[in-house]
Amino acid sequence: MQSDIKRLSLILLFAPFALWLLLLIILPHIGIVALSLREKVAPRVYEFGFGNYIDFIQEPIYWNTLLRTGSMSILVTILALLIGFPIAYYIAKIAGKRSRGALFLLCLIPLWVSDLIRAFGWILLLRETGVVSSFLQDIGLISQPIEFLYNDITVIIGLVYTVILFMIVPLVSTLDGMGDDMIEAGYNLGGSGFTVLRKIILPYAMPGIVSGCIVVFMMTAGSYLTPILLGGKNSSWFTEQIYDQFITRFNWESGAAFGFLLLAFTSLVVWLGLKLTGQTLANTVAKS
Amino acid sequence: MNDQAAYDLECTNITKDFGSVRAVEDVSFVIPSGSFFSILGPSGCGKTTLMRMIAGFEKPTSGDIRIKGRSVLDVPPNKRNVKMVFQHLALFPMMNVYDNIAYGLRCAGTPKSEIEPKVRNVLERIALPDVATREIHQLSGGQKQRIAIARCMVLDPDVLLLDEPLGALDLKLREAMKIELKLLQHQFNTTFVYITHDQSEALVMSDHVAIMNNGRFEQIGRPEALYHNPTTSFVAGFVGDSNRWKGKVAEVKSDSARVETDAGLTMICKRREGEALSAGQAVEIFVRPEFISAKKDGAADNADNTLTGTVDSVLFNGANSRVLVRGPSAELIEADVVVTGGPEDLRARDAVRLSWSAQQTMCFAV
Repeated sequence: MQSDIKRLSLILLFAPFALWLLLLIILPHIGIVALSLREKVAPRVYEFGFGNYIDFIQEPIYWNTLLRTGSMSILVTILALLIGFPIAYYIAKIAGKRSRGALFLLCLIPLWVSDLIRAFGWILLLRETGVVSSFLQDIGLISQPIEFLYNDITVIIGLVYTVILFMIVPLVSTLDGMGDDMIEAGYNLGGSGFTVLRKIILPYAMPGIVSGCIVVFMMTAGSYLTPILLGGKNSSWFTEQIYDQFITRFNWESGAAFGFLLLAFTSLVVWLGLKLTGQTLANTVAKS
Repeated sequence: MNDQAAYDLECTNITKDFGSVRAVEDVSFVIPSGSFFSILGPSGCGKTTLMRMIAGFEKPTSGDIRIKGRSVLDVPPNKRNVKMVFQHLALFPMMNVYDNIAYGLRCAGTPKSEIEPKVRNVLERIALPDVATREIHQLSGGQKQRIAIARCMVLDPDVLLLDEPLGALDLKLREAMKIELKLLQHQFNTTFVYITHDQSEALVMSDHVAIMNNGRFEQIGRPEALYHNPTTSFVAGFVGDSNRWKGKVAEVKSDSARVETDAGLTMICKRREGEALSAGQAVEIFVRPEFISAKKDGAADNADNTLTGTVDSVLFNGANSRVLVRGPSAELIEADVVVTGGPEDLRARDAVRLSWSAQQTMCFAV
């Protein structure tokens, strides 16, 4: 009786999640894979085949875009980690109890504004007639307006800005769990500041670092608005290709293949990253 | 060896202020080489701050700290040869036992070939030769304790600081670790400075104990001296159990004094050497329960202090059994008794006569 109730409540609690997983994640992806394996041979006539994937391999611009998206996303992830770690360390370990909450809130504030508005904020700052350009002219550093938009550096800055919070949050929560005495013990036993960072703080924060990196990398590789708005036509972001195939060319089969390739590629990068750093999902993401 | 180096640790007039709060005030002490020194005090008395200053995590506002005769005020914590066992041990959870112990050696740049034998050696000395490859979470509480000590001792420190390391253990294990710590200290022959609020830990293990209160040292001495000859009322009340009365001096003699307590009892107490008492002065009186003999009423004796009352309750605790006696002034007085299980044992509501000598009656001016 008691165990029946337990089982029923477990099923009821689990049902919404299972439905969500099945209907919104697994089914659409099966659909995408099925769609990507169709070849159009004549109007409204389709055949099973790998033609869409072969197209992808044969056209360098496609896989170049994918590699470019992947490498820039890795760069964004590294930058977010390098900038985010000191911030997270400061919030979790150095700031006083009272200022900690305020600092955390400050990090969250940008999330209250939508992605789109934040990207337009950057455009206002960086365009040819924007704030930065005219300020530099006013103080006489440059003689004519400069366009800061539509280059890779701007895209990377914009992306780091968008995703860094998702690096800081898991880092703060793991670093928060590390007692100050752990760091003091590191010094007390003769470690220099660098040794303590390398041998104690970083290994301790590893679960947070890995989960932050995975989230940030996935978000960056899958982002659409920021690279398009800040990078313009030059951005060549892979999501733009997918959008093109679906909307502009109305080639759903090819778009589905690209979408699946992006998923497979990012999963591969994450897997490689885990292998190279000797981590597993179980002892990092599950722990943080 | 010159005179100075006979002391592993010397603190001179240490004061530490946090803002307007004075955490440690004018503390001075010396610790001879190879002894077990405890700092005993209630929580918040400044003992942890004092220890953190010795380890180098805090800088004293004034005063000097010398280790092996050399001032270490300007030496950063990672360069001081003072190692610390933290309250929660602070073993590194991402390393196994071997790496935890080897960490300090690697920091010191010990050659690889020497690290392994040193770690093996220290593990054998703490009687845990087989745990090198274990993870920290696989160890029991007592094992963690010993690993934390081994991690420090492998570096051969001048002084080992221990910050209430037994606090997290359960009672049985704590009793066992007390003896073990003392044995380890003998074995390593290193100076241990042990911080605790638990008087039995301090009394059992230490060669010398300093009693700390409100940032000051009240008294430094051997455990038995603190227990039998406290110099302040705080020490008398803090170390060991006591019956305690407030009163006024009625009459002063050459080696004793007569005191009337606020509740109306009269007691004879000894005068400690050099203590100036005058009639009418407010004093506090302490008498330890083991020096009060409780006998069934009617047995006459000629002790300095006697009073009669009724047994309120018997607190049976094996060899440490005690009776609570309600005296003539309705206060409860504790006295140790031997409970044999026979018919002569005291029981609740028995009439009883308490007696104790003036020698065991400590009196402090307040």
